Amino acid sequence: MSRTAISIKNLSKQYRIGSQQKRKDTFLGQLAQAIKSPIENFRQIRNLNRFEKGDDTVFTALNDIDFSVSKGEVLGIIGHNGAGKSTLLKILSRITEPTRGSIEIYGRVSALLEVGTGFHPDLTGRDNVYMNGTILGMTRREIDRKFDEIVDFSGIEKHLDTPVKFYSSGMKVRLGFAVAANLEPEILIVDEVLAVGDVEFQKKCLGKMHHVAESEGRTILFVSHNMGAIKNLCNRGIVLNKGQMVYDGNVNEAIDVYFNNFSAKKISGGIIPDDFSTISTGEAKFKELRLLNSEQRESADFNTGDLIRINTLIEVRKEIKHALIDAKVVTKDGIEIAHIFSLYDQQEIDLSQGLWNITFSIRNNLQPGTYFLTLGIHKPSGHTIDYIESAIEFTSHNSHSVSDQWIHGYTSNEAEWKIIKQ
Amino acid sequence: MWCNHICNLNNQPETNKIVIKPTKGWQLVNLKELIQYKDLLYFLTIRGIKAKYAQSVLGIGWAIIQPLFSAIVFTVVFGRLANVDSYGVPYILFSYLGMLPWLYFSNTLNEASNSLVANANMITKVYFPRLVLPLSAAFSKLLDFIIGFIILIGLTIYFNYVPGISLLALPLLIIILLLASLGAGMLLASLSVQYRDVKHALSFMVQLMMYATPVVYSTSAVPAKYQALYAINPMVGVIEGFRAVFTNTPLPWTLIYPGIICSIILFVAGILFFKRMEKTFADVA
Repeated sequence: MSRTAISIKNLSKQYRIGSQQKRKDTFLGQLAQAIKSPIENFRQIRNLNRFEKGDDTVFTALNDIDFSVSKGEVLGIIGHNGAGKSTLLKILSRITEPTRGSIEIYGRVSALLEVGTGFHPDLTGRDNVYMNGTILGMTRREIDRKFDEIVDFSGIEKHLDTPVKFYSSGMKVRLGFAVAANLEPEILIVDEVLAVGDVEFQKKCLGKMHHVAESEGRTILFVSHNMGAIKNLCNRGIVLNKGQMVYDGNVNEAIDVYFNNFSAKKISGGIIPDDFSTISTGEAKFKELRLLNSEQRESADFNTGDLIRINTLIEVRKEIKHALIDAKVVTKDGIEIAHIFSLYDQQEIDLSQGLWNITFSIRNNLQPGTYFLTLGIHKPSGHTIDYIESAIEFTSHNSHSVSDQWIHGYTSNEAEWKIIKQ
Repeated sequence: MWCNHICNLNNQPETNKIVIKPTKGWQLVNLKELIQYKDLLYFLTIRGIKAKYAQSVLGIGWAIIQPLFSAIVFTVVFGRLANVDSYGVPYILFSYLGMLPWLYFSNTLNEASNSLVANANMITKVYFPRLVLPLSAAFSKLLDFIIGFIILIGLTIYFNYVPGISLLALPLLIIILLLASLGAGMLLASLSVQYRDVKHALSFMVQLMMYATPVVYSTSAVPAKYQALYAINPMVGVIEGFRAVFTNTPLPWTLIYPGIICSIILFVAGILFFKRMEKTFADVA
């Protein structure tokens, strides 16, 4: 039986987010507000760390997280920005306290959420090694013992007695990582620190972490957006989404889950689940979405030049006058590359209560690749009624008579040519 | 109980176990942990000193100039122009004896109460006992105090004063000084993380407080019936004590005793409040 290194139970963390204050529109009202504002400010600042039920300015960064890590496991934590990864690491490294739940950690922990914490620009590299090392929990004697190794790893021995403010940013990162790399914790927690520094150094750092994990059998928790590094380093993956753990298991599957279900949650059989919308007022709802080819058959593959029919079923619960409907074509990296909009085509859409079947067609001019479609329905005032993000995936295939090496950009445009010798 | 069971199963010593859960209410200081981080305290103190005098021509010389020049200015303004009574002691020595502990108090107060906000980047990135920040502020200011103290010895020799047996009370006075400045510093530090008003208020409050402390005048100028109230300020006992020690007059114990009590209260309150607020530092800094 493997021994437990970390055991997390029902962990939740809430933050208070700013709430918009109403502004009085009369002069007297504003004056009264200005006089009252210190009291208002006081209430707001005091409440920064108080939480009550039913408060809409409370943001739940982590919601009931439960998992445990065995000794020697290398765990990758992945998720989109705001999924709660950093909050989880901050709680694990005891920087901030959880709102609910508990964690038990067995062994000495070092957390690396940043390299070079505590560096003072006016102090020399040598002084800062000791400063940074002791902040990370080393003793002076430990640093003395490892000093040569640290300097060696950083590769900046020539500038050791120069104030750090004269260092390039790369040198600072090197020195910071060199200190961190020589920590000897039983459990190492690493946030996206490898995003800095040049490729060469990143390789060196990853190599060091690999070595630590493989040969020394340490437990590592690793957060990164670099899926290559995660795949390379970790043997288990956890996927977080909006503060909740949605997958725990094999790292390759975790990466698949991250890419498929979240960068684009696919809808099955054209039916859109109720909780799919990112924005929804409830006045209308996209119920179904399908892509049809020119033969009116459902398809996810289209050749260049083909007609793509976007067919959707909208349930209107409250009458909408002059509704606006739009669709965006989004790449795998989240870049919006094309926009289809009822307003461009001067469509007057008045929707009364009931089910509406709406179809609009575009000619596929997308370069070969996989794309997603985002759909929205809005009021003429600009307020969004329902919004389904990256709801459906489709692939554009190359039917140009050119080989792939000639293909650039996201779209190809037909052009009219005139070639005249003068 | 259940936990112990598991721990034994896993052969893991209880000492290596860290439990993270929400804390509530008042906390005690984890001395063991603080001792573990003594090297951090040491380097933060050194950093405070080195960083302060980095890239300056006079360097540590500023530690002499600050109290000495203030004493000279006070001598001109209060000693000569306003003719404040210094009871036979040369006014420059009189005001220097007030200035030396006062500068330590006000500098430590400033530095310590600002220490959390100034090191917010550390607080939000690494765990360490937050207490080392105000502590290191107080320790790094000790160097200035020691240098000023050497000047003080020079001044007493110059004016031919020889301290008597009351010199034995000096360590006590310095301890009161440390407790009071650290206590107030920790209180204000924990407040200033959440309320930045503290920073704005402090700069002029320190100035005002100097006039509530016998730096430029003598405590005998305060009406006798207010003296007991006046002595609540621990700095009153410290400064008058310093004067008594170095000008070889009887120690003003009626001023020192309230100072001892108040500084201890201030220190304990400071630590308790700091520990209570500690968990929120990373979230609101």
